[in-house]
Amino acid sequence: MEIESAKLIAAALALLPMAGVGIGLGNMFSAYNNAIGRNPGAVDLLNKKFMLMFAFTEALGIFALLVSLMILFK
Amino acid sequence: MADPIHQFVIQDLVPLHIGGVDLSFTNSALWMVIAAGLSSVVLTMAMSRASIVPNRLQVVAESAYSFVANMVRDNAGTEGMRFFPLIFTLFIVVLMGNALGMIPYSFTYTSHLAVTGALALFIFIFVTIVGFIRHGLHFLSLFSPEGVPLVLKFFVIPLEIISYLTRPVTLSVRLFANMMAGHLLLKVFAGFCVSLMSVSIALSLLPMAFNAVMIAFEFLIAGLQAYVFTVLTCVYLKDAIELH
Repeated sequence: MEIESAKLIAAALALLPMAGVGIGLGNMFSAYNNAIGRNPGAVDLLNKKFMLMFAFTEALGIFALLVSLMILFK
Repeated sequence: MADPIHQFVIQDLVPLHIGGVDLSFTNSALWMVIAAGLSSVVLTMAMSRASIVPNRLQVVAESAYSFVANMVRDNAGTEGMRFFPLIFTLFIVVLMGNALGMIPYSFTYTSHLAVTGALALFIFIFVTIVGFIRHGLHFLSLFSPEGVPLVLKFFVIPLEIISYLTRPVTLSVRLFANMMAGHLLLKVFAGFCVSLMSVSIALSLLPMAFNAVMIAFEFLIAGLQAYVFTVLTCVYLKDAIELH
């Protein structure tokens, strides 16, 4: 296999973890909406925690994207 | 067309070599100076004519102060308020780095592992020193959670030590990867825009619209990552102050 095509395939494969991040974010959003629906008064507290957890989960997707982009451009 | 990585290249503005050590004034250093100058000038100007009914600039400074103060009080406890100046400085440094990087043709110094790694290592060493000063050797009990059976401790203690030692790595890589990947994404889509232009102008508007959305998202990420960085610092400080 030529090195160029192997690089492209690797870059695509490096994005597979996105599936897990998608599942995680979907879970989080559903739990968040559920919690707000049940207890609208707790929205300030939930927002704070949610933003933090969102950043943690989203960072994993960003790591995958970073690896993929580095394979493409280096 | 310059490739998307080009925005992260460090260029010497004022070459300076002393005894074989490269001390050049780079574009990274330039934007750090701009960040430090801008934040000091804005905060000083805002509070120089402070009044009970605040003017617009004063509201900015005061809300930034109370935002960080609440964050420290919530996450590190009232004992942690002694370290408020440090946390506030950290927050401003990271926030200015992320936000100034959104200006076209500027340089995002938080997109370099060298910068975020130095910040994270400093926090790691500082927190460890605070822990040892406050608790002496008793600080090591941080690695041995209470109520764990003796057999399990052989597994739990190495894990706790490893997770403590990886803190600076995760802290720095999270910030650096977010900033780098976000900015790369913007430039990659801008590249799509240019290459589609030769096919049809209308088609090239699609990546441009996506880019407009991504820029708004990047501003959110810039603030959020500064927040996450400082919140985690507060959490580490709380560990060192209170030992669980």
